[in-house]
Amino acid sequence: MSGAREEILASIRTALRDAPPEVEVPRGYRSSPPPADLVALFDERVTDYRATVTRCALVDVVEAIRSALGDAARVVVSGDLPYPVDGALDDDLSASELDAVDAVVTTAAVGIAVTGTIVLDHGPGQGRRALSLVPDRHVCVIRDDQIVAGVPDAIARLDPARPQTWISGPSATSDIELDRVEGVHGPRQLHVVVVRED
Amino acid sequence: MRAALLVTCINDAVFPDTGKAVVRLLSRLGVDVEFPSGQTCCAQPMVNTGYLDEAVPVVRSFVDAFAGYDAIVAPSGSCAGSVRHQHGIVARRSDDAALAAAVAETSARVYELSEFLVDVLGVDDVGAYFPHAVTYHPTCHSLRMLDVGDRPMRLLRAVRGLRLTELPAAEECCGFGGTFAVKNADTSVAMGADKVRHVRETGAEVLVAGDNSCLMHIGGMLSRQRSGVRVLHLAEVLASTEGR
Amino acid sequence: MSATFVGMPAFPDAARSALADSQLRGNLAHATSTIRGKRAQVVGEVSEWEELRLAGAAIKDNTLHHLDEHLLRLERSLTERGATVHWARDAAEACAIVAGIAQQHGVDEVVKVKSMATQEIELNEFLAEQGIAAWETDLAELIVQLGDDLPSHILVPAIHRNRAEIREIFRAKMPGAPDDLTDNPADLAAAARLHLRQKFLSARMAVSGANFAVADTGTLMVVESEGNGRMCLTLPDILVSVVGIEKVVPSWDDLDVFLQLLPRSSTGERMNPYTSTWTGVTPGDGPQEMHVVLLDNGRTRALADEVGRQALRCIRCSACLNVCPVYERTGGHAYGSVYPGPIGAILNPLLRGVGHDKQLDSLPYASSLCGACFEACPVRIDFPEVLVHLRSKVVDAHRGRAERGVRCTLRAERPVRLGRAPKPEAVAMKAASWALRDAGRLGRLERLAGAAGRLLARVLRRSAPGGRRVLGSLPGPGARWTTARDVPAPPTESFREWWQREGGRS
Repeated sequence: MSGAREEILASIRTALRDAPPEVEVPRGYRSSPPPADLVALFDERVTDYRATVTRCALVDVVEAIRSALGDAARVVVSGDLPYPVDGALDDDLSASELDAVDAVVTTAAVGIAVTGTIVLDHGPGQGRRALSLVPDRHVCVIRDDQIVAGVPDAIARLDPARPQTWISGPSATSDIELDRVEGVHGPRQLHVVVVRED
Repeated sequence: MRAALLVTCINDAVFPDTGKAVVRLLSRLGVDVEFPSGQTCCAQPMVNTGYLDEAVPVVRSFVDAFAGYDAIVAPSGSCAGSVRHQHGIVARRSDDAALAAAVAETSARVYELSEFLVDVLGVDDVGAYFPHAVTYHPTCHSLRMLDVGDRPMRLLRAVRGLRLTELPAAEECCGFGGTFAVKNADTSVAMGADKVRHVRETGAEVLVAGDNSCLMHIGGMLSRQRSGVRVLHLAEVLASTEGR
Repeated sequence: MSATFVGMPAFPDAARSALADSQLRGNLAHATSTIRGKRAQVVGEVSEWEELRLAGAAIKDNTLHHLDEHLLRLERSLTERGATVHWARDAAEACAIVAGIAQQHGVDEVVKVKSMATQEIELNEFLAEQGIAAWETDLAELIVQLGDDLPSHILVPAIHRNRAEIREIFRAKMPGAPDDLTDNPADLAAAARLHLRQKFLSARMAVSGANFAVADTGTLMVVESEGNGRMCLTLPDILVSVVGIEKVVPSWDDLDVFLQLLPRSSTGERMNPYTSTWTGVTPGDGPQEMHVVLLDNGRTRALADEVGRQALRCIRCSACLNVCPVYERTGGHAYGSVYPGPIGAILNPLLRGVGHDKQLDSLPYASSLCGACFEACPVRIDFPEVLVHLRSKVVDAHRGRAERGVRCTLRAERPVRLGRAPKPEAVAMKAASWALRDAGRLGRLERLAGAAGRLLARVLRRSAPGGRRVLGSLPGPGARWTTARDVPAPPTESFREWWQREGGRS
């Protein structure tokens, strides 16, 4: 298929003989004023997706996680989760083994207030991608200093070389009559714990 | 102030009362109205159907007819939009630099009626009297091509005696669309049926719009349905003094 | 799937059948009005929305205008990160590449993330011929696949189905669907979850598209809602992504525009539930073998059209469909393509060329040019401009070559031999052009019409409110007007005559 590559590139060059010069991209949106209370907005917007939000001080985080896990019997965490949680460590569990797990606890890389989004870059405390995907309940612990205002701030903070999962509420679909319902293939319950670091 | 009336071909041939109303209205407001007799059509029917070569001589005759006027006023958002947005395309097709230059000259001086009244003359209240229940349909090209905004509504609100009711889903297209109305007649009629239903829901006696082409379509359905609702061009409402 | 768009009638005929289906019209009106309301609300929250639209259009234009360079950078970045890059000129090449990868690994079953590119190339049908089962995992795609149906919307391919119809499809076609399945959307979603769970857990190969491909970094991005995308992108060993060449963006930072524009325009949410990004192979996490198929399939043809190339900015949000008054009434099938609605009306003719297929040639006319699509488009595709431009290309393609006196520059695959007999419409336009280039000619015609008007004023009995005489039926092509609309009788005197008579005094 090497002929395909050359032919496509040649077609592009022919097509672009009359291409106009570059235009400037307006970037004023990157400096729009941030909302007053980022954490409150984040809380409101995450809740809007019918996820649960708990805000707590660092000393209370273990209790908050326990409460978020509720009746989940089988819990899995990544080995480097910085909070003590009663659960199995992810020991390269197969997809089927993960499917038998009730809940997972992870940290996050960034939170976005305006859109109510948590971003996992699958670094320390977050585990590989499958870990936060297959179990039905996801408890995600985020520090308040990880919450940024909008999408541009998040993009600027994140490293594209790492795989990322942007999560805005529990799994959902609008495929039936364009009406949003929660709970399809991803975790059907999302519980976000926001930790105040003081 | 002197202004040229771009009456538009449909008003000239089918709705002359609209042209007369513009003359009456503008004269009342102190404008010296002229009718350049060389004018025919803006060429939109040809352009919108894809016949650019056929549009070239029509645009040529347009710029000849309107050369030298500071303000050209059209009682049609669609035709004003066509001149401002499409004549350049036709000129490019002609490969005639002189035509392109002439088009740039004239098209910048074309105003839709409500734009001319509000922006150039600076009036909202044109001194009209029209004691009827009215609803207003903002035609697509006025709304989205020319961005006339609330100018027609401001003019209507200032008309004495006029009771304005809001049209549900007002900004949705009526389904006219030029040759679309016959090339895709079934879809056009389906869109028109919903527009007519909304018009009838308002209980208004008169449906007003700034384009007689759209009104011919909506009015044709209202008439077929024996709805009793009358359609009237904005210019005729604004020109009206009903005996006062 | 035996359903096919091949052989679909031209738009006006297909639309007529669709318009007669009152269930379809009800479903569409309900769904599109729901999404319009949601979109309007979340777009209204963003004070810099217009600037974001300008930025989105500018980024896409700058990229398209140097597409070769960006693709080469993308290829280099992907290769450095352990992905294998393939190039496919057309659907057949792309399908063969994907099937070849499956066969090389002895895979006879793949899971799929919803992808317009793979629908466009009809990958599932090709894989089935090769004995490879492709499981659509997006809920709406699953509904279409199980129902042996065709997609009718870009975002929600089963938008033409309501909940009751979906329940019937699941009960009839989904193995293991509970007998007491209700038509509650949550229950229907739960049934889909159960049905696909085992497929996700055991799949060895997945096929995806990509919403964006970042040239600088080699990052691909999939934007979704249900988590089926995450499953496909994470659990299998092998991942093949079929990516249209126009999906490339220059840098990671540019995504800060599109991740604001796309979700709000598409599902009417501040952010879609899940967005996955991956940059080649990550050891120990996700698929360890990755392929990216860069697909042309007509995109370079569209790129060569200086007016039409803006359609390649499209980020497949489907906002144009949701606001389109034509789409709302006809639905997507009438457009005869996986790309329906306003974007389909321009993209299909641009990708495949005009002048050789009646159905394709009918698409640029499937619009009243109301401009609602342009207003909603997050990347500012000027739909009316492109539609009118494509209409002129259709007309030009049907002109006799000699008449235009220019060499044929159309890039249609098949040489075009078109009938020389001019259409009645072409004759009418020529006549109009003749009459309208000279006010004297027009005036004489108007005097004839005035005579007819004076005659009709005496014989016509019907009049519209206000007193204007109307005709209830017209002969010839005018009959298509008068099926449901009266037409005003000609006035007894044109404006021009009145002006001459009165000397401009009112």
